Amino acid sequence: MYAFTYHRPDTVRQAAGLLARKDDAKIIAGGHTLLPTMKQRLASPGALVDLGGVPELKGIERKGRGLIIGAMMTHAEVAESAAVQEAIPGLAALAANIGDPHVRHRGTIGGSIANNDPAADYPAACIAMGAIIVTNKRKIPAEDFFQGMFGTALEEGEIVTKVAFGIPSRSAYAKFRNPASRYALVGVYVAKRGGEVRVAVTGAGASGVFRWTAAEEALKKRFAPKSLEGVKADPSGLNSDIHADAEYRAHLINVMARRAVEAALGK
Amino acid sequence: MSATGIGASVRRKEDHRFITGAGRYTDDINRPDQAHAYFLRSPHAHATINRIDATKAMAMPGVLAVLTGADLEADKIGGLICGWMIHSKDGSPMKAGPHPALAQGKVRYVGDHVAVIVADTYAQARDAAEAVVVDYTVLPAVVDTATATKSKTVIHDVAPDNTVYNWHLGNKDETEAAFKAAAHVVKLDLVNNRLAPNPMEPRAALGVYDKGEDHYTLYTTSQNPHVARLVLSAFIGIAPENKLRVIAPDVGGGFGSKIFIYAEETVCVWAAKKVGRPVKWNSDRTEAFLSDAHGRDHVTHAELALDANGKMLGLRAHTIANLGAYLSTFSSSVPTYLYAPLLSGQYNIPAIYAEVDAVYTTTAPVDAYRGAGRPEATFVVERLVEKAARQIGMDPARFRQINYITKFPHQTPVIMCYDAGNYNASMKKALEIADYKGFPKRRREAERRGKLRGIGFSSYIEACGIAPSAAVGSLGAGVGLWESAEVRVNPVGTVEILTGSHSHGQGHETTFAQLVSDRLGVPLEAVSIVHGDTDKVQMGMGTYGSRSGAVGMSAISKALDKVIAKGKKVAAYVLEASEKDIDFKDGKFSVKGTDKTLDFGSCALQAYIAHKFNGQDLEPGLKEGAFYDPTNFTFPAGVHIAEVEIDPDTGVTTVVNWTAVDDFGVIINPMIVEGQVHGGIAQGIGQALLEGVIYNKDGQLVTASYMDYTMPRADDLPSFKVGMTTTACPSNPLGIKGCGEAGAIAAPPALINAITDAVGHEDVAMPATPKVVWRAAQKAVSKMAAE
Amino acid sequence: MAAVSMTVNGKAVTADVEPRTLLVQFIRENLKLTGTHVGCDTSQCGACVVHVDGKAMKSCTLLAVQCNGASIVTIEGLAGADGTLHPMQAAFREHHGLQCGFCTPGMIMSAVDIVNRKGSDLDEHTIREELEGNICRCTGYHNIVRAVETGAKAMAGSAPVRQAAE
Repeated sequence: MYAFTYHRPDTVRQAAGLLARKDDAKIIAGGHTLLPTMKQRLASPGALVDLGGVPELKGIERKGRGLIIGAMMTHAEVAESAAVQEAIPGLAALAANIGDPHVRHRGTIGGSIANNDPAADYPAACIAMGAIIVTNKRKIPAEDFFQGMFGTALEEGEIVTKVAFGIPSRSAYAKFRNPASRYALVGVYVAKRGGEVRVAVTGAGASGVFRWTAAEEALKKRFAPKSLEGVKADPSGLNSDIHADAEYRAHLINVMARRAVEAALGK
Repeated sequence: MSATGIGASVRRKEDHRFITGAGRYTDDINRPDQAHAYFLRSPHAHATINRIDATKAMAMPGVLAVLTGADLEADKIGGLICGWMIHSKDGSPMKAGPHPALAQGKVRYVGDHVAVIVADTYAQARDAAEAVVVDYTVLPAVVDTATATKSKTVIHDVAPDNTVYNWHLGNKDETEAAFKAAAHVVKLDLVNNRLAPNPMEPRAALGVYDKGEDHYTLYTTSQNPHVARLVLSAFIGIAPENKLRVIAPDVGGGFGSKIFIYAEETVCVWAAKKVGRPVKWNSDRTEAFLSDAHGRDHVTHAELALDANGKMLGLRAHTIANLGAYLSTFSSSVPTYLYAPLLSGQYNIPAIYAEVDAVYTTTAPVDAYRGAGRPEATFVVERLVEKAARQIGMDPARFRQINYITKFPHQTPVIMCYDAGNYNASMKKALEIADYKGFPKRRREAERRGKLRGIGFSSYIEACGIAPSAAVGSLGAGVGLWESAEVRVNPVGTVEILTGSHSHGQGHETTFAQLVSDRLGVPLEAVSIVHGDTDKVQMGMGTYGSRSGAVGMSAISKALDKVIAKGKKVAAYVLEASEKDIDFKDGKFSVKGTDKTLDFGSCALQAYIAHKFNGQDLEPGLKEGAFYDPTNFTFPAGVHIAEVEIDPDTGVTTVVNWTAVDDFGVIINPMIVEGQVHGGIAQGIGQALLEGVIYNKDGQLVTASYMDYTMPRADDLPSFKVGMTTTACPSNPLGIKGCGEAGAIAAPPALINAITDAVGHEDVAMPATPKVVWRAAQKAVSKMAAE
Repeated sequence: MAAVSMTVNGKAVTADVEPRTLLVQFIRENLKLTGTHVGCDTSQCGACVVHVDGKAMKSCTLLAVQCNGASIVTIEGLAGADGTLHPMQAAFREHHGLQCGFCTPGMIMSAVDIVNRKGSDLDEHTIREELEGNICRCTGYHNIVRAVETGAKAMAGSAPVRQAAE
């Protein structure tokens, strides 16, 4: 790692102030993407602003038909939260399968979203459930927030504080893990809310998370795995690497979507 | 059998320090005032170095030195060596290119050592490395094993067509005649995928120079510290052996990769004198992927000839072996004498002919990795055999059985003389444990769930404890492959065993002590095993090739014989009897036909106080040493049966059952042996299903971390069913055959045979990742639909 | 430099460190507790697992400064003050759940954490899934699974580790 200065604010306001004042400052949440990147010397922030001591970023709250999760909630906390398990069991299950137990003890929902790794799990859930990403400055709909690989709508000094999910009637996530990294090779989050169905795909797209509209149309007619038979994902625009080429990924998108629908139906 | 003697599953003596965090690995050792080394590595697969400018780096905080190949040359430090001479078919010696520890004029793989930066801290050294300016002229990469000789790019001037040697073994004419007479010929093209050994402890080195004594000490992650000292002294020229101490403390796994003498430890011990401070280096995982010697990487075409009844007539194979950019320490022997002599498998094959072309590529050096040559041979034989059974419509177990060697000793057409074995016994037991009869039912049940189920065999043989030295010398080895032992009995009857074997997970501190306890009748706690330090143990050859039981313990046994013989002389004086009337049993010397006894501890005390005998007639003391050179290799063998289920939707292969029945000869500690089998199978399953080193066409390493190189994890593997059969090995006094590599040798063909059985065709390459198996399963599913 | 203070294996420690000091470096180099190991650079192998405020974490992916005020337990803090092995340590030895020993400290710390989270009645499937963050190259995991099963049962009657160490 290159040298940097370290700051641990108590409030979001202080954090924002530090980000504005310090050259090349970066936020550290759980640090489970940032620190490995820094260790490899692929990132060289001049200052780290640690959100670990900001109480207002913690907490999970159910508000009517919404579920609001603080940005610094760890994957383990989300997975184990009774509120999440009751409101959106698919989201709890997703969180329970991010990384490994040690990573889940440290990695956070806010960090995952702000980083928008193309193989991360949470972006699919956000898109499928039409989540609102709340920052210290504004509220951003998920579809505007995620802007291609590692790209987000976040501006300089902007900090994710909460994620607000609309509670779907049924939802689930199915992931095919990269055998080495255990990130999503293909992850599909399926959510049904009233007559609306959304299918969001992570891990597969060359420009990050995306909606698979053909599947959404098919599932709107009938929310059942069978509806997806013969619905093919387009391999163009999908990643090809040593673990999976685009054609195999396209095939897996269909398989994972079917499995997600099965899970959402409680089968 | 006593509770702690030979054959008892004694819990390991070494474990207490490991489970409490008190293990002492190389990186745990620090010396006052030590500096840290960082190696600047080549970012290019192949390039000439025009200039290295370290001016800016030298001025950075904490930097003590930036050293390059020119400094090595100025100090007359020699290059790294390959210690096994192979001659080509035409009699010419192998083409060994220069292998400097720091590049001299050229780099030949990504990760090759360009310079070392020594600084007060590791971070400072790494910071400064970025300020070293290297002017390269990039040359084309040569990556592909099969086509390396066709490249116009020359990696080493001595090998203009990138060929290291064209070697062969066996009888070509007889083999051709066998194929002419064959009723069936079975053909296969196989790739044995390249692997990264990945012991969990990365390599490390700490070089120390004592100016007053003009003496060096090197702490290093080595499987054979004495060989390291020999090479560093006699060939590289760091210092004479009496001025160089090499210590390999606790070592966190090796699997072959820590046999070799690498650039990093060479440079650390040399640099310690140059900077006047101890120099420490610790590899990170990406450096390990880049610079630890890899394993396997063969491309083979093989054929098997059968008569009309399914009896084997002949086998031939042509293999291209990738040795990487430089010849690593024992690399040349792996695809030759550790490979082709095993092509007879467990079978009576009258004629065998193998040709091996070894090639240079601009990739990391390739050398021995768990099994070394024998997994490659077993993959060829057992894939061919399984395909042959399918081709002639015979049950694969039955086909093996009708071709098994049943009479011993058996001379194969490829050097080996198998001394003992009972292959049918292992097959029979394995079929029972695996419930082979119940497989068709299990397959139908799986089909109902939409899964493809398959079963595959591997009837492997290996040759361990490579010896005797005169024989391996005649095959080109630069060293002898004996082992040494010294038994030091202390005056109170406790015992220190000094061994040239090295334990890096094998549990020698326990098993070696069991042998001593058994033979001398002393409690296990009274025995200490000393290893891994050239100042304590005089000489040794280290641990690899499953040799420590068969060779290392045999040396101890021989030294124990001498201790007992000397003890009898002492006892004769003490008990006032004739030496020939003294018996030794259960820790007691006794006089035949009397009740006079002397326990071992008292005998030791008498030997040292020397009050009861005249020092001119009998030397005081009780300490004996032995060098043991075996009469033959040992031949562990067995049968593994893999059963898999494939999800045709995703291509995921689940290993649902694993049966291993092995004949390792006499077993000292079944618990430890089973552990070795488990670990070997896991690495074999890793090779077959998960692991593969991949370079892109520019020679960049794509699998440079655990993000891309798939290590077997707990949820990738099943529990294993392990059984044993026993035929004692007649070639050493203990009857031991060796067990360290068996699983890694047996597993890959068993698994690929199971997958090809499940999908109904032979076209499945290793590693059979979900992507590969999905495509293979598509073929099967469309075939099923068509039928 | 930044000041850090934390409790490690029940002892208060303070130091001035560079902010870029990882927790594992602090533990190994400053505190000389070398039982915690580093086996990879990508937060996957788990050789570095310690307990931070009672939860298993990868000390290679934490800055020491992030752990200011935290209570840390390393492998050296697992056994009783009198040297009595923790039941999980004893189970690893009894079931030959280790060979070279390098991954073992992280493996044991993870195993204790599994029991803390999932209880002491663990089936093989759960253990294998929960060991996703710990890589062993020697044992093939077979005996590690046995060790965790047994260690978990033995822990049922004893106090949780974090209390024992504090």
